[in-house]
Amino acid sequence: MSDSQTAAVPDGVPSDARSDAHGEAYNPALLHHFATEEQQRDSASLGMWIFLATEVMFFGGLFCAYLIYRGWYFGDFGAASKSIDATLGASNTAVLICSSLTVVLAIWAAQTARRTLMIGMLILTMLFGLTFLGIKGIEYKQKFEEHHVPGKSFSFDHVPIPGHPDQFANPDHAQIFFSLYFIMTGLHALHMIIGLGLFAWLLWMAWKGRFTPEYHTPLEIGGLYWHFVDIVWIYLFPLLYLIDRHP
Amino acid sequence: MSMATATTQPAGQTIERENYLNKHYGVGSWLFTTDHKRIALLYLLSITFFFFIGGFFALLIRLELLTPAGDLVQADTYNKLFTMHGQVMVFFFLIPSIPAVLGNFLVPMMIGAKDLAFPRINLLSWYLYIIGGVMMLHCMLTGGVDTGWTFYVPFSTAFSNTKVIEAGLAIFVAGFSSILTGLNFIVTIHRMRAPGMTWSRLPLFIWAHYATSIIQILGTPVIAITLVLVVAERALHLGIFDPKLGGDPLLFQHLFWFYSHPAVYIMILPSMGIVSEIIACFSRKRIFGYGFVAISSISIAVFGFLVWAHHMFVAGISVYAALVFSILSYAVAVPSAVKVFNWTATLYKGSIRYDAPMLYAFGFLGLFTIGGLTGLFLASLGIDMHVHDTYFVIAHFHYIMVGGALMGYLGGMHFWWPKISGKLYPEGWARLAALIVFIGFNLTFFPQFILGYLGMPRRYYQYPPEFQVLNVLSTAGATVLGIGYLLPMMYFLWSMRYGKPAPDNPWNAAGLEWKTSSPPTTFNFEEEPVVTWEAYNYEELDAHPDEEAPSVG
Repeated sequence: MSDSQTAAVPDGVPSDARSDAHGEAYNPALLHHFATEEQQRDSASLGMWIFLATEVMFFGGLFCAYLIYRGWYFGDFGAASKSIDATLGASNTAVLICSSLTVVLAIWAAQTARRTLMIGMLILTMLFGLTFLGIKGIEYKQKFEEHHVPGKSFSFDHVPIPGHPDQFANPDHAQIFFSLYFIMTGLHALHMIIGLGLFAWLLWMAWKGRFTPEYHTPLEIGGLYWHFVDIVWIYLFPLLYLIDRHP
Repeated sequence: MSMATATTQPAGQTIERENYLNKHYGVGSWLFTTDHKRIALLYLLSITFFFFIGGFFALLIRLELLTPAGDLVQADTYNKLFTMHGQVMVFFFLIPSIPAVLGNFLVPMMIGAKDLAFPRINLLSWYLYIIGGVMMLHCMLTGGVDTGWTFYVPFSTAFSNTKVIEAGLAIFVAGFSSILTGLNFIVTIHRMRAPGMTWSRLPLFIWAHYATSIIQILGTPVIAITLVLVVAERALHLGIFDPKLGGDPLLFQHLFWFYSHPAVYIMILPSMGIVSEIIACFSRKRIFGYGFVAISSISIAVFGFLVWAHHMFVAGISVYAALVFSILSYAVAVPSAVKVFNWTATLYKGSIRYDAPMLYAFGFLGLFTIGGLTGLFLASLGIDMHVHDTYFVIAHFHYIMVGGALMGYLGGMHFWWPKISGKLYPEGWARLAALIVFIGFNLTFFPQFILGYLGMPRRYYQYPPEFQVLNVLSTAGATVLGIGYLLPMMYFLWSMRYGKPAPDNPWNAAGLEWKTSSPPTTFNFEEEPVVTWEAYNYEELDAHPDEEAPSVG
């Protein structure tokens, strides 16, 4: 169905047909400036890995700030962390792990030419992504109602520090926690939204039959991105939700 | 693999060959191009625009400092002038200058590729730069910023009444343009090299850009997130950096300099790559110690990430941290010195020609050495206490960024101008301009070393009368320097219309970019080149002058 697009253009064939399309409209076959399909696939994959390295440094700055203040204000951070619903966080962790599985299955389906399964798995991935954002929304709503959103109406008075019932958390320090909480989870949610857009595009391409066992690079690098966003959450969950919690 | 070009055999040599400049016409063919060479020219136009804006601010600063009294502008206007001079020059000129213009143009050609790995991302990076630039312009036109280019908290987040948020967002957006350029270069250098172009045959320009790209992709995201925090803190008063609310201003400085010190190497490393190319070509010798020069670029990038706190010696970091950062800062001098010594050794017994690019390379050698050695002054804790935040620091980093990076950029622009435009620039004027730049630069900045050592602090718009003579010298030098910068712009523009057509290889230089036509065709090479020779094989090239260099096969 898509052989005209995916058939490899043998080396050495004059590429008049391609020479005008200097990186223009989308073409799943070989782009003109690559010599082989393998080179094109390797480039795309390396590009995504390097982008993820950039992302690690982007979140790294926040993790650094978090670690410093957590060390300084451990008790206040523990109290603030306890006010977040860990069950919601744990459910979101489960949701994201499931979505990573469905991404892998979608890629496997593309490799083994199972079109229906691939489309089903892409839809499932997006549903998991939306569920995650929904749960996140519930969590944000709770924080908003409890006046835990940093800013003018922030209040965190008379909250005891875990393990020290006679001491109250310092609201200023708790506000630093909630600032970092909202910036980190907010940026993570933004990445999820971008991921959903990416997967909507992948779904559309899969629907049009663009992916074959020979060519499914966009699916692979889209999957890399999705896994990365999941992994960020795997770090965020214990750091933000599980400070100083005891059964 | 072959590539069809529509060129018909020219009957007479007067018919212009098809090339990347005349293949398509019209604004759309430029704004939607994915050709790395056209994107390079888009960048060239944009950064030149910002260079003259930044230069205009510099001119006003120097005019204000002509007299000891603060008579030309108000104190807060002066604060805005030096802030915007720094922000425009650093983020909108120096960072993109060589990588986005010459790197964009040359990286694919030097490795024998048809384009960068991601041509559309390359165009996207230019648009991000333009969006950031427009935001910055809007910010400047509607009031500007007065925090200093460093955005130090808590002044920037709690006290300044100027447009900090807008400037922060502008730089945030422009940062992603830099990240995408670096990403594109790394993938291109890894995956797009022509057959036979091994790592040990890469031109040193490529090694330098590889090292630069590492810093761009690993450093820039950190300033991006730092600016996000500054903007959030200023908008909502979160307390992340505000000591009144338990935050730590030093954390900001750590995060800021984690990028902004390596950013200096984003500016200087590509320049070093250019100097390696020029010195080898104009002394007709293989570069001395190729491997050392290549690896020194990478080690500068790596060490560059480990020295940031030397900006904070007097800011209240622990003595032990200061000690470690001081030692590491000395360590960066080693790979830098490796380069300088190897360039000098390349000159030894070379057949040196004093064309304009070489004059800039000589200028770079001297000025970078002065800038680097005064950097060692600043890396030593005792002297830094004395000269911290004085004009000594200003002079030091201008010797690196203007005397180093900008000299290299101008040298490179002259060296590759025949390739870029297909026209020769007027050599006599170019040599004159190189001389004017060199004299103007030293006249501007050398007095500032003395001023700083005598104790004149930076960022003040008034000063005691005994400093006036040196300040007048500096302002006079800045005027000369300004003329030196206007000249190349004028004769480059002139040469595009009236210049003599350039041969494919006017300098008889080695390197794949000289084996294609001037200006190149859209896909750079008629046929994919196969490399069978080492980089800088000048001895070989000069031994068989009429033989067509081993070429496309």
